[in-house]
Amino acid sequence: MIHLEGVGYRYAGAPRPSVLGLDLELRDGEVVGVVGAAEAGKTTLCLLVAGLAPRAIRGELRGTVRIDDEDVGPWPMHRLAEVVGSMSQDPSRQLSGVNGSVFEEVCFGPMNLGMPRAEIVDRAWWALDALRITDLAERDPARLSGGQMQLVALAGLLAIRPRHLVLDEPTAQLDPAGTRLVGDALQRLASDGASILIAEQKTDLLARIADRVVVLDEGRIAMEGLTDTVLADPSIETLGIPLPLMVVLRRAVADAGIDARVLDVVET
Amino acid sequence: MGHDTLTTVGDPAEPAGDRLARPLPAWLGRPGPTSWHRLNPLTKLTIAVVTSIQAVLLGGIVGPSMVLLLAVVLPAVRTGVGRQVIRTSLLLALPLAISASLVNLFFLPDAPTTLFELGPFRATEEGARFALEIVIRVVAIAGALTLFYITTRTSDLVVDLERRGMSPRLTFVVGSAVTMVPQMVDRASAIAAAQRARGLDTEGSPWRRMRGVLPLVGPTIMGALNEVEERTLALEARGFTRPGRRTLLWSPSDPAYERLVRWSLVLTIPVVVIVRAGGWGLP
Ligand SMILES: Nc1ncnc2c1ncn2[C@@H]1O[C@H](COP(=O)(O)OP(=O)(O)O)[C@@H](O)[C@H]1O
Ligand SMILES: [Mg+2]
Repeated sequence: MIHLEGVGYRYAGAPRPSVLGLDLELRDGEVVGVVGAAEAGKTTLCLLVAGLAPRAIRGELRGTVRIDDEDVGPWPMHRLAEVVGSMSQDPSRQLSGVNGSVFEEVCFGPMNLGMPRAEIVDRAWWALDALRITDLAERDPARLSGGQMQLVALAGLLAIRPRHLVLDEPTAQLDPAGTRLVGDALQRLASDGASILIAEQKTDLLARIADRVVVLDEGRIAMEGLTDTVLADPSIETLGIPLPLMVVLRRAVADAGIDARVLDVVET
Repeated sequence: MGHDTLTTVGDPAEPAGDRLARPLPAWLGRPGPTSWHRLNPLTKLTIAVVTSIQAVLLGGIVGPSMVLLLAVVLPAVRTGVGRQVIRTSLLLALPLAISASLVNLFFLPDAPTTLFELGPFRATEEGARFALEIVIRVVAIAGALTLFYITTRTSDLVVDLERRGMSPRLTFVVGSAVTMVPQMVDRASAIAAAQRARGLDTEGSPWRRMRGVLPLVGPTIMGALNEVEERTLALEARGFTRPGRRTLLWSPSDPAYERLVRWSLVLTIPVVVIVRAGGWGLP
């Protein structure tokens, strides 16, 4: 479990904190969605949970981040990387850029962590299988579609076998086909019991995979609760968050005075 | 890993021990198509560097020409990359070669023998000879580097350097730089298209082209640097900054005779320096 207690973060040189007073619990096996307008602090939250802030991006951290009750403050980045796997939205920048094949790219993390060779190879095959991209193994990572690149990046994280995944808008730069590709993979991981923190503006995707949703507004948690409850709350629209299609439909059906049960067909 | 008993993301259905361990893909580190490709990357790098140095050290026309022929043209043709090497290295070398030859052909100071006159300019035989020397050197260097580049996979070079004890960060920089060459060319042409669309000239007379190309240099280099910086996050997230050796999956072969070849090549440098210092040399 990852536990944020009163966490605030001010980037080096920034006049004021980007997030403030965050209290958040990420339980094992739980998928937590993060929504919020642009600049609400989603990326900063992801960087904090991943440990990249303040280790790789300088700034001032308030409060504590704990993993299983241990304050991870003193942990070096490579130790955190074994427990929390994180990636951001830009497909091409997730990849190391020096590996000639997808297979080697997926091996990159475990190689960095100095795992035994046979285990690395085993993990890489397993991660490729888990995301159903074994057929990409020989391809040049730089010549994949955006969606495929994100899956390769994700496989590179899975191969490390972290206990938590932190995904910052993993579909933001993808076309509909890429979004579906990544969304389906995430749904499978989620139903297999993965622990995921995912910032995502596409609430339709969150409606499918998230157990809970956290709403950020100007660096603070504005709302938090079960996915269905939060995403159906009318007030999130005023925070610049698009409603999931099902919620919009349900509302339209109700407004038109039609029996809500017609939507059961759509949902299944 | 220390937390085997805990659930990890996407736990495999069965424990690893029950499955047949799967092998490295057969194509990984697959030997190259020709015996030249199959040389150890460091050997090919040594050949390229020593060739470049010798092309300069030897002086005259015969020496560098022989180097060009033996160390670039011959292997390139035998390896089947002759056309590619000649085209790319001429492309690389021409701008420098042309400007250097024009300057020397017409403006070599105190050259007595006139070849022909062009308006106020006088082309000299000494200038022509000097220009030829420079062109051969530049072409030899461009050719040697191109041949290395075309016949060496980046991953082979990177793995080999790291196996020899070079730090992962340094090998990463080398690897990024090498992979960046074609990417930068791509990006430069994309930016060129954009600049053209905004009315900047990248076609037409050499002078207009120069003026058109200059605005491309900044964006191209900045873009590349930005990318490296943003990549560091992804690298750190995957444990790249862990101290100590990384595990390598495979490494290119390096037979003993290749080491001998490398040292012999390196030794030709002091030999030529001494010979030249003694006043000997080919025409
Ligand atoms: N590297 C940085 N340095 C300074 N300020 C930053 C940096 N990154 C983000 N910010 C600021 O922090 C706030 C939250 O940004 P971010 O976490 O990126 O939001 P989101 O991902 O929700 O769009 C914004 O006001 C943004 O300008
Ligand atoms: Mg963001």
